[in-house]
Amino acid sequence: MKSNQHGNESGSEIPNGVAAAAILSAGVGCFCVSLFGLLGDAFPAVARCFNFYNPTGPLSGVTTTAIFVWLILWAFLSRSWGGRSLPMGKINTIAFLLLGIGVFLSFPPFGDFL
Amino acid sequence: MQMSFREIVTILHGMGFGGLFLLAFSGAFIGLYRVCTPDRSSPLTVWEQKLFRIYLIAMTVLAWSTVLSGAYVVYPWYRAHPPEGITDYAQYPQRSLLSSPTTEGWHSLGMEWKEHVAWFAPIAITMVAYIFFKYGSDLSRYRQVRNAAFAFAVAAFIAASIAGGFGALLNKNAPVRGGTVIKIMEGSK
Repeated sequence: MKSNQHGNESGSEIPNGVAAAAILSAGVGCFCVSLFGLLGDAFPAVARCFNFYNPTGPLSGVTTTAIFVWLILWAFLSRSWGGRSLPMGKINTIAFLLLGIGVFLSFPPFGDFL
Repeated sequence: MQMSFREIVTILHGMGFGGLFLLAFSGAFIGLYRVCTPDRSSPLTVWEQKLFRIYLIAMTVLAWSTVLSGAYVVYPWYRAHPPEGITDYAQYPQRSLLSSPTTEGWHSLGMEWKEHVAWFAPIAITMVAYIFFKYGSDLSRYRQVRNAAFAFAVAAFIAASIAGGFGALLNKNAPVRGGTVIKIMEGSK
């Protein structure tokens, strides 16, 4: 493959599925951090389950589990969508929505209200 | 002039990793703007693309170093429970904040928000770096992908700013102290 002076690979077209997988899974990852944090705050039993590392407390499990979900989903979606071109508008909307809800849920007064 | 080991580690977490990460956004936004700008008036050269890749990797490393050092080194010192009968909470910042209604909010709002929202930054910047690695300057041809990458970079900046801002204010109200004392300078008196 030949590159021009600005590094564009002429004639190459990367399907947007790779990007869609990364964007959607990042949205899900952010949402999961807040969701698991909220569940840990609301239910002492869940907080105990998330207590992976005692000095850090439930935060260790909340974030480790969210990162695990994010990476597994990213790998799975990359595998499924890697060679495809997908409607990015819909995927971006879902990812931004999840990111927005994640920010909303992470803000303690909203979390307490729920 | 002396500092405790915990103060030094807290500075490394907040100013070293977190502060550098926040500062790096100015360069990242310029780089992303140049990649994303559709008019292609100043596209990145191959060398600049390589440099920008290294830059984004460094930002990703800084973001993860910040949250991991925060959650697994500084936070345990912050939330440490004092033994029975202790009334001086100087070594127990969380307890110190919760002991007064005038400072309670720094924990219940500040720390509670910061400890979760901070994790958005490494997740988002990892995704942005990955997308740039995958697409490079071709990103300008994928309008919706580049818009999403830019939006997530902005989200990472906001999340890191919230975490960094509250971190600084929390440390001002109830500093993390303790550990070995390191003498930096001898006083004149």
